[in-house]
Amino acid sequence: MLYREVGQFRTSYAADQAIFPIRQDRFGMLALLLVAYIAVPLMANEYWLSTIFVPFFVFSLAALGLNILTGYAGQLSLGTGGFMAVGAFTAYKLATAFPGLNIVLVFVAAGIVTALVGLLFGIPSLRIKGFYLAVATLAAQFFLIWLFVKVAWFQNYSPSGVITAPPRAVFGHFFVTGPEALPAYKYWFTLTFAAVLALAAKNMVRGATGRKWMAIRDMDIAAEIIGIRPLSTKLLAFAVSSFYIGIAGALWAFIYTASVEALAFDIDRSFQILFMIIIGGLGSILGSFLGAAFIILLPIFLNNLPDQLGLHVGVALVTNLQDIIYGALIVSFLIAEPNGLAALWRIGKEKLRLWPFPH
Amino acid sequence: MHSNGGVLLKVEGIALAFGGVKALADVSFDIRKGEVRAIIGPNGAGKSSMLNVINGFYRPHAGSITYKGRTVRHMRPHQAAKAGIARTFQNIALFKGMTTLDNIMTGRLLKMRGNFLLDALYVGPARREETAHRAVVEQIIDFLEIQAIRKVPVGRLPYGLQKRVELGRALAAEPDLLLLDEPMAGMNFEEKEDMSRFILDVNEEFGTTIALIEHDMGVVMDISSRIVVLDYGRKIADGTPDEVRRDQAVIDAYLGVAHDGGKGA
Repeated sequence: MLYREVGQFRTSYAADQAIFPIRQDRFGMLALLLVAYIAVPLMANEYWLSTIFVPFFVFSLAALGLNILTGYAGQLSLGTGGFMAVGAFTAYKLATAFPGLNIVLVFVAAGIVTALVGLLFGIPSLRIKGFYLAVATLAAQFFLIWLFVKVAWFQNYSPSGVITAPPRAVFGHFFVTGPEALPAYKYWFTLTFAAVLALAAKNMVRGATGRKWMAIRDMDIAAEIIGIRPLSTKLLAFAVSSFYIGIAGALWAFIYTASVEALAFDIDRSFQILFMIIIGGLGSILGSFLGAAFIILLPIFLNNLPDQLGLHVGVALVTNLQDIIYGALIVSFLIAEPNGLAALWRIGKEKLRLWPFPH
Repeated sequence: MHSNGGVLLKVEGIALAFGGVKALADVSFDIRKGEVRAIIGPNGAGKSSMLNVINGFYRPHAGSITYKGRTVRHMRPHQAAKAGIARTFQNIALFKGMTTLDNIMTGRLLKMRGNFLLDALYVGPARREETAHRAVVEQIIDFLEIQAIRKVPVGRLPYGLQKRVELGRALAAEPDLLLLDEPMAGMNFEEKEDMSRFILDVNEEFGTTIALIEHDMGVVMDISSRIVVLDYGRKIADGTPDEVRRDQAVIDAYLGVAHDGGKGA
């Protein structure tokens, strides 16, 4: 089926404002969800589910959160790792303090607590912008990690500083954490969080909330003249963004790695997620997923490539080659399209509408 | 131009200085309901500063602003917006990454009651509100004849159209007072004619009071009901186009005069 919108007439504003106004996009998304929910768990093995898809969704959520703040509201942040840690440790404290509490509620509560912490560290954004704000959020990053390493209460006084997710199930007996958890359940659980939160994010950014954020990003003076309050708009972006990042952190600690220490969320993590949204596309929901896929999947792919090709090279050489090719690919992608993979995708779709005619 | 005599906005004794530079000194004038009021003057006369004082961007050091019968020293920009003052900028201040439609929709934010949770769910009220406001915005798009660029990011539009979108965004707020800072700067004759027609239509069809800064004297004399003339931060004349045209101080300010007590002129 060709990607054409000929003959699809939208006769009401409601139809024009639909999330996927073009029929092919609707079918495409439906097909993607069917594949993600049914085909992938049926066909993929345990390795694919737990070490590729689950971290991909977790990183996508974190990238989505940062993209709301940096891509849509224009506030540069380097505190992503710290906020993930807040989500992880809050979820751990809540899950161990209230063993009867549903794991979904634990995660949502962890997100809300992270949102409040994000709100607090977002206050300087009224006065400082750009790189200076990034430096201010670095303070959040270092302070939060220091807090979770030094204060043993957060780790329930574990001598190693490592927190381990207690076994929890959804709908009674489908364990998603703990030793009995099945990879497929973990996969569905993480996928559902990613899908629901991505839909919510898409709705926010295409509505009045998103317009406020983008107005502040593009021209804060004009936004103020229209009646947008800069501080509350920026703080809302910090809160919503941190909510997403907090849930990503909780998913990381509970579902992906099952046990984690605070240093897993250090400054490297913040940069990694920032690179995801830059490569994926700032101000794009799709871009958050594409960027996460690029950063997570490409190294794994490069690592396995020599074996797949039947080449026998040493492990050290593979690692070095991987870094070299990975770096070169990042640079060439950014030169080809500075606005990220999402922009490449959009341009491709625009070309496809006219294909096979060039104009 | 159906000024009914009531005063909408009155500024009295406004003074503003940046460090040692006096941008405005003891400026007083009023704007009547329904009129097109022009503010003119040579470069650096303080015209834009005056608009910035009116909509709360600058805080004057002295003087008062009476708007709709309420007298204050200073309104914050979002308070001014709530009170029905909208404006456009000399250097276009559009949201470059957003489409024409989104830019104008942004102008209606103050009239929208939703919150981010309703937006996230996109159910009931959020969806109805979005559609209702879209209908109003589409009327503005029709009015300004920019249907074709509805979904184009404004950063890609030519200058003249950007000016028009910015006017649309200001109109979307359904303002009582519309401040236009050089709406025709950098336009060719035809574009100026179009813009003049839009301004007069806004004034006549919606009854919006307009205060504009403009350098094209032909346009100013044609479309405005009364004119304030500023020079070096002071008001030097105030009256109808005919009165201002004949005013000796205005002629001196524009043509230049030797500042030695007038003897050398």
